[in-house]
Amino acid sequence: MSLLEVDAINTYYGEAHALFDVSMRIEPHEVVALLGRNGAGKTTTLKTMMGVMAPKSGAILFNGLPIGGLPPYKIARLGLQFVPEERRIIGGLTVEENLVLAGLSEAKSWEPQRVYDMFPRLGERRRSRGRELSGGEQQMLAIARALVREPQLILLDEPFEGLAPLIVQDLLGVCRRLAEEGRTIVIVEQNVEAALSLAQRCYILNNGHVVYEGTPAELRGDPDFMHRHLGI
Amino acid sequence: MFNGLTLGALLVLVAMGLTIIFGALGVVNFAHGALYALGAYAGLVAYEYTGSFAAAMAAGAAFLLAVGIVIERGLIRLYYERPAEDQILATFGVAIVLVEGLRAIFGGLARNIPAPSWAAGIVNLRVTLYPTYRIDVLAIVGVSLVALYFILYRTRLGLIVRAGIEDQLMVNILGINVTRTFLTVFGLGAMAAGFAGVINAPIVTVSPDMGADVLVQSFVVIVIGGVGSFWGAVVGGLIAGEILSLVAMIEPAYSQVALFATMALVLILRPQGLFGVEGRQ
Repeated sequence: MSLLEVDAINTYYGEAHALFDVSMRIEPHEVVALLGRNGAGKTTTLKTMMGVMAPKSGAILFNGLPIGGLPPYKIARLGLQFVPEERRIIGGLTVEENLVLAGLSEAKSWEPQRVYDMFPRLGERRRSRGRELSGGEQQMLAIARALVREPQLILLDEPFEGLAPLIVQDLLGVCRRLAEEGRTIVIVEQNVEAALSLAQRCYILNNGHVVYEGTPAELRGDPDFMHRHLGI
Repeated sequence: MFNGLTLGALLVLVAMGLTIIFGALGVVNFAHGALYALGAYAGLVAYEYTGSFAAAMAAGAAFLLAVGIVIERGLIRLYYERPAEDQILATFGVAIVLVEGLRAIFGGLARNIPAPSWAAGIVNLRVTLYPTYRIDVLAIVGVSLVALYFILYRTRLGLIVRAGIEDQLMVNILGINVTRTFLTVFGLGAMAAGFAGVINAPIVTVSPDMGADVLVQSFVVIVIGGVGSFWGAVVGGLIAGEILSLVAMIEPAYSQVALFATMALVLILRPQGLFGVEGRQ
């Protein structure tokens, strides 16, 4: 059984049809990249998985359980965790409070110390407020906040966006480590090279349709297709 | 000066409920003044039965906690997703029902809860003579605020509320049932209003409309202090109290004008309020 199975979902923003019969499956312990141009529906797909948006039709099964249309907090408790593009660190809370908050509803949640061992930088800044952190630190905290819940599936939305190349390298290292630990990750990223270097499989979305499913190697073997759908 | 402090302290307590409800739930609660009046009447009834001011305070707080929970479950929660105008209409409706209900039951005549015997009399503050009760009010509000501070900054619930004030959706994504927290927040906010109603009752008179001015002034307090901010409500309340009573000493007709002028000034110089955070979602 796949960890996550998305079966022909259709999602709308009000009247606007954003996802058209999108289907995908995520197996345990794999990293899957979700690629496509701006507005292709990548973030919408993640948001629909997390329950931030409800699909109008179609099914989403997590460990065989239908979760389509459930509120985010119920989906989170089942073991899915979304790391949004805007990071959404709670700016008025300290780093530590952000981590504690994330663990409140999860029985096997991490102690903050475990996060600090993994990200020493966050340990140094444990008393700083979220809004005082740099972009890179915020992104680290956003990922750490997801890990605290020990999720079975992490949905990463553009984790490298707007960050300096050196910091992207750092975060790429973090993601690689998570992948090596056998965590299951879906990553949406404009930085195609970075995403493909992490992923074992990828999907390409175009105008709300899945137009490609395959391995990074297969995709790289078709430069024409990459150019057409990703503009590179 | 001291009058301003007492008035300010009461405004802090009422505004605190208002700002937490607005901050966390996004609901502008126009029923807050009516809840304040309801608290005073609950205190009045308890006082007439028991003759104890402490019982009146407890009754005002407990009754309003219950009322807050009923109103949230029965009505407000249906309006979280609705536009602000709908919320205002709904809470305004609740206010009218409560105020007219009080008028129907107790009549429109002003009533009074006497200051408790332990707080009767006058203290010599050297600079001025001052009613003991007003000093006690400061202490009672101070203790309540410390309790509220503890709840907000030292408990799980407070952590969720503070986070929810900033970003409800993210709190939800982190596995927390935000709506259940809302219930508690609304109950606590209503409780603070009711409690303030009881402790203010010996100073002003108890009438069904007693909440109207307080509601408006509390809105000004949170605009000055910054929406959703604990310290904003504290400082804003004290500023508003001082402005109202100092200007009233010189020219009573201008005290409200001065209050609104201050609010306008804050809005021009610092639109997010003294303690507000820019660009909250």
